[in-house]
Amino acid sequence: MATVDDQLPPGENPALLDEETHDPRRRDFLNVAAVAFAGVGGIAIVLPLVNQMNPSADVLAQSSTEIDISKIAPGQAIKSSFRKQPLFVRNLTPAEIAAADAVPVNTLRDPQSLEERTKPGKKNWLITLGVCTHLGCVPLGAGEGENKGPFGGYFCPCHGSAYDTAGRIRQGPAPQNLHVPDYNFNSDTVVTVG
Amino acid sequence: MVRAISTLIGFAFVGVLAIALFFTAKDAIQNPAPETAEHEFHLHPKDARLQSAGYFGTFDRQQVQRGFQVYKEVCAACHSLKYVSFRDLEEIGYSEAEVKAIATQWVIEQPSVNPETGEAATRKNVPSDRFPSPFANEVAARAANNNALPPDLSLMTKARHDGSNYVYSLVGPDAYRPQPAELLKKFPDAKTPNGLHYNPYFANLNIAMPPPLTADGQVTYADGTKATREQMARDVSAFLTWTAEPKLEKRHAAGFASVIFIAIFCFLAWGAYQNVWRDVKH
Amino acid sequence: MSFPWAKHYEPKQPLMRWLDEKLPLPRLVYNAVGAGYPVPRNLNYFWNFGVLAGAALGIQIITGIVLAMHYAANAGVAFGSVESIMRDVNAGWFLRYAHANGASMFLLVVYIHISRGLYYGSYKAPREMVWLLGVVIFLLMMATAFMGYVLPWGQMSFWGAQVITGFFSAIPLVGETIRVWLLGGYAPDNAALNRFFSLHYLLPFVTAGVIILHIWALHIPGSNNPTGVDVKGEQDTVPFHPYYTAKDAVGLGVFFLVFALLLFFSPNLLGHPDNYIEANPLSTPAHIVPEWYFLPFYAILKSFTADFILPAKLWGVLAMFGSILLLFFLPWLDSSPVRSANFRPKYRTFLIVLLVDVLVLGYVGGAEANARNVMLGQLATAYYFAHFLIILPWVSRSERPRPLPGSITEAVLTKHGGTSPAKTALASN
Repeated sequence: MATVDDQLPPGENPALLDEETHDPRRRDFLNVAAVAFAGVGGIAIVLPLVNQMNPSADVLAQSSTEIDISKIAPGQAIKSSFRKQPLFVRNLTPAEIAAADAVPVNTLRDPQSLEERTKPGKKNWLITLGVCTHLGCVPLGAGEGENKGPFGGYFCPCHGSAYDTAGRIRQGPAPQNLHVPDYNFNSDTVVTVG
Repeated sequence: MVRAISTLIGFAFVGVLAIALFFTAKDAIQNPAPETAEHEFHLHPKDARLQSAGYFGTFDRQQVQRGFQVYKEVCAACHSLKYVSFRDLEEIGYSEAEVKAIATQWVIEQPSVNPETGEAATRKNVPSDRFPSPFANEVAARAANNNALPPDLSLMTKARHDGSNYVYSLVGPDAYRPQPAELLKKFPDAKTPNGLHYNPYFANLNIAMPPPLTADGQVTYADGTKATREQMARDVSAFLTWTAEPKLEKRHAAGFASVIFIAIFCFLAWGAYQNVWRDVKH
Repeated sequence: MSFPWAKHYEPKQPLMRWLDEKLPLPRLVYNAVGAGYPVPRNLNYFWNFGVLAGAALGIQIITGIVLAMHYAANAGVAFGSVESIMRDVNAGWFLRYAHANGASMFLLVVYIHISRGLYYGSYKAPREMVWLLGVVIFLLMMATAFMGYVLPWGQMSFWGAQVITGFFSAIPLVGETIRVWLLGGYAPDNAALNRFFSLHYLLPFVTAGVIILHIWALHIPGSNNPTGVDVKGEQDTVPFHPYYTAKDAVGLGVFFLVFALLLFFSPNLLGHPDNYIEANPLSTPAHIVPEWYFLPFYAILKSFTADFILPAKLWGVLAMFGSILLLFFLPWLDSSPVRSANFRPKYRTFLIVLLVDVLVLGYVGGAEANARNVMLGQLATAYYFAHFLIILPWVSRSERPRPLPGSITEAVLTKHGGTSPAKTALASN
């Protein structure tokens, strides 16, 4: 570079110089590499800025809940919570089971039988999220004396979605049945959700 | 005008400072600051030689686990660890099942409410819980400890100067010792009060905590390491270094990659700069 | 504004032409930091620090917005929320250490930027407004940094808030009322923490606004340069882009290198261990010190130990605020027509003494308050005020500056050797 400087008349306007006197590939390579490196660095910095909005370790750690179901009599339901969402645990009566089984599955909007929505041998325990699949309101029907809707299951007051005794969507705008979370029976009286 | 006023203000400040300086000097000559026992007998912490020290430090997981054992069996009776969760122990090499067992078997239970009556109660710990405090509140802690408050240990190695070495030295085998005769001769008023213990690594020399590590073999290490007092002090310091800065390894690794990346960028940027300016003297 | 030979923005693509007609934002950028801004060709690396300060503010705003998504400004949970950021939030430790050390980097860069201005006379006509706005930015930064340090609600946060709001109680008659009003209580607590958080979030955006004015005011006369000689013609300047964008990239690289070393390998080096202890209104730490960037001012405060007409405490507070406020008058305290200290031998000597003096004040501010340190602080404080208020007005009138180069180009070519001034003049015609 010093040699180039020496050839220049003093005070020469640099902008007018012929750039082709230098190896253009080397020059371009360095400039492009520097800009590319800055770009990669910028993207690397964005990752933690985006990732920080994901659930933090303490939120992820609370992703399982144990529920004692020994106190729920047939026909009753309780509201619990799972990942800060309402969870309905319902002990179905034989009549409610019969009502659910009586519906032809292929006529449903989201075809599922009660068997598919409960654990083997525990057909009376219907465990679902209490989140309407329409826009996320909490349906009525789990609490004592609440409106269970025209199908005897749950009824969402926000936009009128009605669920049957198996928590399946029967009427109204909701597209899917109430979701069944992953859960296991630890014993006959304790369920671990999540 | 500005200059005249400024010079006046300048002389005012300088004048007041001259007066202050005179009185400071006079006072320093007339009443020289007395020597203090803390100043003369306080010892700087010894080097714990932990693997986590230095710019490339990592955690020795076996050692941190041993330190956890010391915390569990010795410190936890009085000191809380309230910013650390049981689940965090997986980071130092415990399996999920081991963490669950540790949480369930933890002697102090988690505050809770009785689901039937709503009265205050306790329940077994689960991995997502923070370590429960041994005392319900500060008043209870003081009442049980001769009016001294055992500090939370989560951040102890960051909350003291040279914290890892400080913890190691403070509970190490040579920390608790009789007050030197020389000290008592020079500062007769500085005798360690009743209920306190002389410890030259503690800021004011007299610590309320009774010697925590009193005998070799006080803890039986799961990995078979011989539990000398020295070893236990070192291990608990390693554990508390981890509790204070659990992301240390990630930080060092990310730092190493970042520094190399940025150094290459500097080199490229400098080259590009030379290129751009090659025709312009400056 | 700008020089007649500045390049003009001529969009070639139809889309850019369309945009230029409706909203000439690219034109603004082109003229502000693009090829349309002619800059003296002889700027040295000290001229990087303005851009670096801007980058540091950007880092602080971005990391700050992200941290505010996780931080809880409540005295009961603030400390714990910071710990949860450090332990549980994804990359939280990185963001929090970046913000804490980013503040130090910002202040460091700004101190060098200010020193550059002092050395090369960048505060002198016609750039007085640039300097005045700069001092305003500095004041805003100090307020923001102080309030930010309170937010983690550690022991130093709490006692820092207590001591600094205590300054206001030095005001005669209404002082205590003002202090209680500032805190929203008799001691720092929830009310104070919440308002500090609110203002800590607001002030950086105010700062950014004043920075825009600072740059605007700079673009009227154009940048100063190490010779302090005015730009005489086109041969004295180069376009900002690509010449100074390339040079600033080097500066940014080094800045990020230092930042990364601090952040990843010594993140607590500039902090204080006591701030990892939760605030306790009933127990003061043995040794209260502010963050390193406030230490010189803290030393000035502590140096006034004698009552003289006014109480010592009031003198201290007046001097501390005065030490910054006097910078507003600097362009008029220094009447020398020569800008650069390179050509002002006496001023240069006194200025170097001042810079050392400020370092001494920084040492005293953080050191134990024994008689030796207090006296050292008193001497250093006396020099600080004497320099600006007594020595500078006198030196600027009495000293004989060294001969200035005829132009920037002449200085550059003389530096590179060989060319005599006469020949240069000939060549540049």
